[in-house]
Amino acid sequence: MIIGSGKPIKDILAMIEGCTKILIIGCRGCVTVCSAGGEKEVGILASALTMARQQEGKPIEIKEMTLERQCDPEYLEQIRGVVDEYGAVVSIACGAGVQFVAEKYRKIPVFPGINTNFIGVTEEQGVWTERCQACGDCKLHLTGGICPIARCSKSLLNGPCGGSANGKCEVNPEVLCGWQLIYDRLKELGRLDLLEVIIPINDWSTSRDGGPRKIVREDLKL
Amino acid sequence: MRLSYPTNVKIIRVPCTGKVDVLYLLKTFQSGADGVFVAACMEGDCHYLTGNLRARKRVEYAKKILDAVGIGGERLEMYNMSAADGPRFVKVANEMTERIKTLGPNPVKRFRVTNVQEKPCEEMCP
Repeated sequence: MIIGSGKPIKDILAMIEGCTKILIIGCRGCVTVCSAGGEKEVGILASALTMARQQEGKPIEIKEMTLERQCDPEYLEQIRGVVDEYGAVVSIACGAGVQFVAEKYRKIPVFPGINTNFIGVTEEQGVWTERCQACGDCKLHLTGGICPIARCSKSLLNGPCGGSANGKCEVNPEVLCGWQLIYDRLKELGRLDLLEVIIPINDWSTSRDGGPRKIVREDLKL
Repeated sequence: MRLSYPTNVKIIRVPCTGKVDVLYLLKTFQSGADGVFVAACMEGDCHYLTGNLRARKRVEYAKKILDAVGIGGERLEMYNMSAADGPRFVKVANEMTERIKTLGPNPVKRFRVTNVQEKPCEEMCP
């Protein structure tokens, strides 16, 4: 899922400076699961902003809403008619959600209430870690199911590098060496031979280097 | 044991402090409470095993939010006490009351009556 984390309240206060009526919208997708942008977080943010503004003598009226998702147009339709009554929208969905709201409701400023961090997993309750960088050319079959792009700090495709020591990365001693993980996993699988396969120079055009990406499925289009 | 505690302390009962949510804590301040203390069972004595431990973490998180919005995390505190320990409850209630008296009223209440919009938002937002 997409992992996000709350922005400092003072940053959000600066964005909504001057607004007297705002709409905060949460998302019931990924950011609900990582406790950054769900219904509860909408409530917490609304309460915090209300109290901060009240102290300044600049009270603010806040409406709270949480949509099923903000990355699909049908759910964004649910705020049509509502959104026009507000001076600004604070969306606490991922960056895709914030942008989609801004795209659909062009006359109202839309502000991000969270930072979108990465595509990752819940390692344990309250702990999330990165697993995928959406490079657009999955190589997990060659690397024991561990992604060298996301898990190796240098995204090396034929690792490890000399900075790997005792299973840790030189970038940060708390970061596990991605290639050590790959080696260990391939060993468990009895497939150490895969390490001898040289992965050629990567074509990054499927990743961000090719510009914004788009997928069209003619069979699904209406 | 007929002990008395300050009359300004209002008790909100929950089945376990594990039920105390960050939002509950914030809403009390938003509604004008000057201070809040969470009275939990002794650590290790929770009937639901970890309710009081979770409450402590939530209180810590709520304190950070209160600091960020200018109310001050010191207005919120977590205490552990046995349900049978009346004198300790009284001591904590007095201690917290004194602390809040020193801090003064909840700053949210300062502008509570002036809930008037001076300019429509559309004019002021970029």
